[in-house]
Amino acid sequence: MKGFGAVFKKEIYTFFASPIFYVVGAIFLIIAGYFFYTAVAYYSLISFQAAQNAFMGGQVNLNEMVIKPLMDDISVILLLIVPLLTMRLIAEEKKNGTMELLLTYPLRDLAILLGKYAATLLVLVILLAVTLVYILLLSWVGEFEWGVVWAGYGGLVLMTAGFVALGLFFSALTQNQIIAAVLGFGALLMFWMIGWAGSLSGPVAGKVVSYLSILEHLDSFTKGVLDTRDIGYYLTFSAFFIFLTLRYLDSRKIRG
Amino acid sequence: MIEVEHLTKFYGLVPAISDLSFQVGQGEVVGFLGPNGAGKTTTMKILTCYLPPTSGQARIDGLDISRDSLRVRQKIGYLPENNPLYSEMTVEGFLSFAAQAKGIPSRGAKTAAAKVAEDCGLGTVRGRIIGHLSKGFRQRVGLAQALLNDPPVLILDEPTIGLDPAQVIEIRQLIKSLGRERTILLSSHILPEISQICQKVIILNQGRIVATDTVSSLTAQLQSSRKIQLTIRGPREAILTTLAAIDGILRIEPRDEEGTYELEMQKELDVRAELSRAVVQQGWDLLEMRSQELSLEEVFVQLVTEEPTAEEPKEKEPEMEKPGGES
Repeated sequence: MKGFGAVFKKEIYTFFASPIFYVVGAIFLIIAGYFFYTAVAYYSLISFQAAQNAFMGGQVNLNEMVIKPLMDDISVILLLIVPLLTMRLIAEEKKNGTMELLLTYPLRDLAILLGKYAATLLVLVILLAVTLVYILLLSWVGEFEWGVVWAGYGGLVLMTAGFVALGLFFSALTQNQIIAAVLGFGALLMFWMIGWAGSLSGPVAGKVVSYLSILEHLDSFTKGVLDTRDIGYYLTFSAFFIFLTLRYLDSRKIRG
Repeated sequence: MIEVEHLTKFYGLVPAISDLSFQVGQGEVVGFLGPNGAGKTTTMKILTCYLPPTSGQARIDGLDISRDSLRVRQKIGYLPENNPLYSEMTVEGFLSFAAQAKGIPSRGAKTAAAKVAEDCGLGTVRGRIIGHLSKGFRQRVGLAQALLNDPPVLILDEPTIGLDPAQVIEIRQLIKSLGRERTILLSSHILPEISQICQKVIILNQGRIVATDTVSSLTAQLQSSRKIQLTIRGPREAILTTLAAIDGILRIEPRDEEGTYELEMQKELDVRAELSRAVVQQGWDLLEMRSQELSLEEVFVQLVTEEPTAEEPKEKEPEMEKPGGES
């Protein structure tokens, strides 16, 4: 894809040149670190109790009690921070008028979008990779299944890919970054909360509703299960929003 | 090089340009002239494939702008209105990004960027952040990115707006030097600029072409009368009555106390010889006689005000609306 590389490099540069990335990244790592700390503290408390109670011994498990909760917590933090990183992707270019430059260069709209999308995803993957340090620390003091960790992180990356696609779409709708962030944040929350309604609706509707829920699909990954349904969900989710963004950009040709 | 046929663009119900047709030949430097809201920017946005026309066609180098958009964009260097730039990037970084975006492979991008930077006099500021540059330098960066990949057509939207006089002169010089091998379409509402840089001028008003011609013939055409400035030493009242009596003189009035008079005469009748004879016969001294050309300013004002006001209060400026209604 011609031009993809140029846009990709430019976006990476912009991320590392802007303070937003550092602030958001720092907050993300601090909160994730705090969650990790509480999970470990809780785990050590339970281990002490288990030392005195033979029946509890079987329940003490690092994967179940530290790593899975950590990954679940990370998914919620991501839901909150991804819109902050995606908000400027297109909105800022529209506001500054640089969108006009970009669109009058011989670049395909898809190359522009994918460049921006891939750069944002890479930046988030870097942040996620840093949280692996916590788990590495854990591996010094205890034993657990690395396979489950990799499956869980794979799931987190796929989920992030979906979040970024959604954020990209809302960034294209407006030239105001705050509006883009609020819309993206609201939409992600809706996709999360919609799962809660699953138990309230009828048998068929309930299934549909909980299938739509964006965090529900992470569950199998963090348990160490790679389910094609869940992989398919995240891939379709990303592709759908990138497609919508592309159509929206294209629609300027119809709306004029 | 640029062919435009019956181009029309509506923003909602407001026509920004209606039925525009013109041509720009290879190597010509053409100025787009018009008051604010005349449709200059809209036309340029359509030609650069940023906005689609409501109807009509345009071709760049034989390629249709809507069907061959990608190849058209390959041939165009565009400086958009207000010169948008990535202010957080360095000059070098931005130019090599633009080079790659225009399809120069990343190995050649650095050299291409360095070359245009040199051409535009950016050698000393290549490592600086664009946001920290002065307006004149930023304008040069805008021009430099337009020049990357050596496009045969340059479209420049108000390239000198907001610059100080010294910078304006520099940028004009730069554009002039570029015009030797390229086709340039340039918009401006500053008239002397057009008359200095361009060979041909297209005057737009309220989305329509009011006139298309070379700068010199346009001025000549519009003069229904000729103006002459005279300096005569002698009694003012006598001069006024004597000269007014000559056939073909429409009007005469004193300009100042020094004995300078301005007179208007019919275009077809050259009465300069009779004038000088009359002055000498009376025994006065003819110190100066000079014919005055109508400046482009006057031509412009004439054209724009002559425009029939059939579509009554069209005071609205379509350009002020957000193009594409993006919000």
